Amino acid sequence: MSDQAIITAAISILLLPLLSYALTFFFGRKLPRKGDFIGVTLMGLALVQALRIFIAFWRVGDPAHRVEWAFTWLDLGGFRLDAGILVDGMTAVMLMVVCIVSFLVHLYSTGYMHGDRRYERFFAFLGFFTFSMLGIVLANNLFFLYVFWELVGLSSYLLIGFFFHKHSAANANKKAFLTNRVGDWGFWLGILAFFTATGTLNYLELFAQVHAGAIKGPLLAWAGVGLFMGCVGKSAQMPLHIWLPDAMEGPTPVSALIHAATMVAAGVYMVARLAPLFGPDALLVVLYVGAVTAFITATIALVKTDIKRVLAFSTLSQLGYMVMSLGAGDSVNAMYHLTTHAMFKALLFLGAGSVIHAVHSQEMPDMGGLRKKMPITFWTFLIATLAISGVPLLSGFYSKDGILGSVLAFGMLEGHYLPFILGITAAALTPFYMFRIVFLTFFGQPRDHHKFEHAHESGRAMTIPLIALAVMSVIAAGIPGNTADKSWFRKFMVAYDVPAIAAEYQARHEAPPVVVAHEDHPHGEAAPGTEPAHGDQPARDEHGDHAAPGDHLAPGAHGEAHGAHGHDDHAAHVHHTAHIRAMIMSILVATLGIGASWWTYHRRRVNPAAVQARLPGAHRVLQGQYFFDELYAATVYRLTLWWSAVCAAFDRIVIDGIVNGTGYLTRLVSWVSGLCDRFLVDGAVNGVAAVLQGAGEGLRRVQTGRVQTYLVYVSASVLVLIVIYRVL
Amino acid sequence: MNIGLPHFLTVSAALFALGLFAVMARRNTVAILMGVELMLNAANVNFVAFSRYVQHGIDGQILAAFVIVLAAAEAAVALAIVLALYRNYGSVHADTAQSLKR
Repeated sequence: MSDQAIITAAISILLLPLLSYALTFFFGRKLPRKGDFIGVTLMGLALVQALRIFIAFWRVGDPAHRVEWAFTWLDLGGFRLDAGILVDGMTAVMLMVVCIVSFLVHLYSTGYMHGDRRYERFFAFLGFFTFSMLGIVLANNLFFLYVFWELVGLSSYLLIGFFFHKHSAANANKKAFLTNRVGDWGFWLGILAFFTATGTLNYLELFAQVHAGAIKGPLLAWAGVGLFMGCVGKSAQMPLHIWLPDAMEGPTPVSALIHAATMVAAGVYMVARLAPLFGPDALLVVLYVGAVTAFITATIALVKTDIKRVLAFSTLSQLGYMVMSLGAGDSVNAMYHLTTHAMFKALLFLGAGSVIHAVHSQEMPDMGGLRKKMPITFWTFLIATLAISGVPLLSGFYSKDGILGSVLAFGMLEGHYLPFILGITAAALTPFYMFRIVFLTFFGQPRDHHKFEHAHESGRAMTIPLIALAVMSVIAAGIPGNTADKSWFRKFMVAYDVPAIAAEYQARHEAPPVVVAHEDHPHGEAAPGTEPAHGDQPARDEHGDHAAPGDHLAPGAHGEAHGAHGHDDHAAHVHHTAHIRAMIMSILVATLGIGASWWTYHRRRVNPAAVQARLPGAHRVLQGQYFFDELYAATVYRLTLWWSAVCAAFDRIVIDGIVNGTGYLTRLVSWVSGLCDRFLVDGAVNGVAAVLQGAGEGLRRVQTGRVQTYLVYVSASVLVLIVIYRVL
Repeated sequence: MNIGLPHFLTVSAALFALGLFAVMARRNTVAILMGVELMLNAANVNFVAFSRYVQHGIDGQILAAFVIVLAAAEAAVALAIVLALYRNYGSVHADTAQSLKR
């Protein structure tokens, strides 16, 4: 497959869901079956195209193979904005993940959403959601990443609030949207920081510029934290994780889509995609945020009784793993876990949806004993549970093990052991609460007989996706399964070879960029001479991802320029040891977790109610989800309300005061002016009139109309004149 | 007692004053007309007296004859006016005819 063909296929993958959206949105109502076949067919076509790209990259087998295509979207003289796509191994894997899950969710929804009043609208939104996510996957610059990032936010808003007539759903989508806005705010600041420092938004150019030192020190750290805030919002990391459990208000297929392939995967994908932009300080933040999220959400999952909520918290916990892995500088295993997790988490949600569809309840206390009634759902759900629990031979084990190994290695190299401890504890809790679901839902005696009688296996549109995902959950790590550095995944992704990208970039732009000119800073690794040797180092040999943390962290964390080889040997050794230890420990804790769950919820040797009664405080904290919502209600909301009250008061007192003051002043002036008018001007006018009228009144009396009176006047006048002339 | 010019003049002035009073004070237009006749005749007396005592000619008598003719014409016209007045106002009183005032 030529590069041109890959680009064409990638563009068609992007546009097919958009087409599905447009057709279903505008014509769905008039079509037979409300047009659901359009969405399914077009997503099927997109899946075929994704598979073609996937196979093409498999054949190439070189993770550094990149195909980039762009056109000028906006040219403002000094500032040019390109729109384009970048396809490499990571993209190919992600396209597969998104298309598989989205296709199966489309298929499943034809069964699950059957008979809904806004059936066609649901498929339209699913298509739009998929389109937005594929945009994130394919974007080749930060601006378009951000555009699609926001589109994902919008479409998740539409889908979480799909049952908007329910008050809780309407609140949940608002919460998801607003919480994401907080993260996006930081994300945008991060993008602006990188753009201001380097003058480009293109990924590869950015990598080259950062490598050349265009942005460094605290600015690099803060810009990285800014970008990571986007991930914190979208991938629901602590402290912005609060929206994800509430997002369960959406229809279950949407939950599957959000949790597996779109939305939450976007954050992890973004950080993995932009890994070279994160300095060591930013990565440390990432590491701790991930570790804390993984741990606290796993503990919350222990006490929840709503099946979808438990799954939601397990997603949070698994996302915590991925983020933790990113923080340890190991983006390969993060993406690996994202891939395997997408399969079994989609399966878990669709399985849960199948159960909910059957019993019309989400509460596990209403279920029980469904194993016989719903065999396909049960077996597929069990496979997914085993995979997420980290049972060997299933995909989840390898990816999770890779992460724990990298985190432990990072701890051993840098002295941060806390993330590993939190991670391994969460790894022990995961099988416990996952098997709790299995035992409470499928085993034991039915607790609600009425619901149990009605329960039945779901139709074929729903079971086929379950079976397909169950197969994927087993083989996602390869047959036989293996960790990222040894499985099929190494053909698609290794840590970025930043110096090589920088060199390629420099070669393309013959005039060296300004920032590269002063490259003579003391760091040995950045000197041009050592570039090729160092550049080949983290590549496709057996350390693969192991070299990645060293690659990222060594130059920043240890300023001293010790020999690259000695350092790498040491790091490789530590990684090897760490991975063996992590593997042994994770098998141990998985066994422990499953055993404890079996002991508690199947054999019923431990009464959970008694444990609750013994630890009322802990139970209340967990049931209240560590009171994050209450904390925000007490701080952020109160602060917001207080601030708006202040603004309102300012508005009322100062602004309104000025306006009203002006009004009063105007009234005063016009009152005075009115007085003048009334008394001076009107006085003069009326005075003239009054004088004239008075004179008229007076003279009116003279004119009696009687001829004789006039005659008297005439005679009198004559007499007067005579007197005047004769006497005087 | 010798009758001289002052006696004539006195009679004439009295006549004129009476006529003037009648014109000014009477409401009846016919009486007013009569007052006018009195004043004209007072003038006639003056003409004749001055003609006899001052000029020694007949100019005064001729003028008096003219005045008498004129008075006849005036009476004819004035009585026609009085008739018209009566027809319009239903009265011969001068004070009822004051439509000029409005």
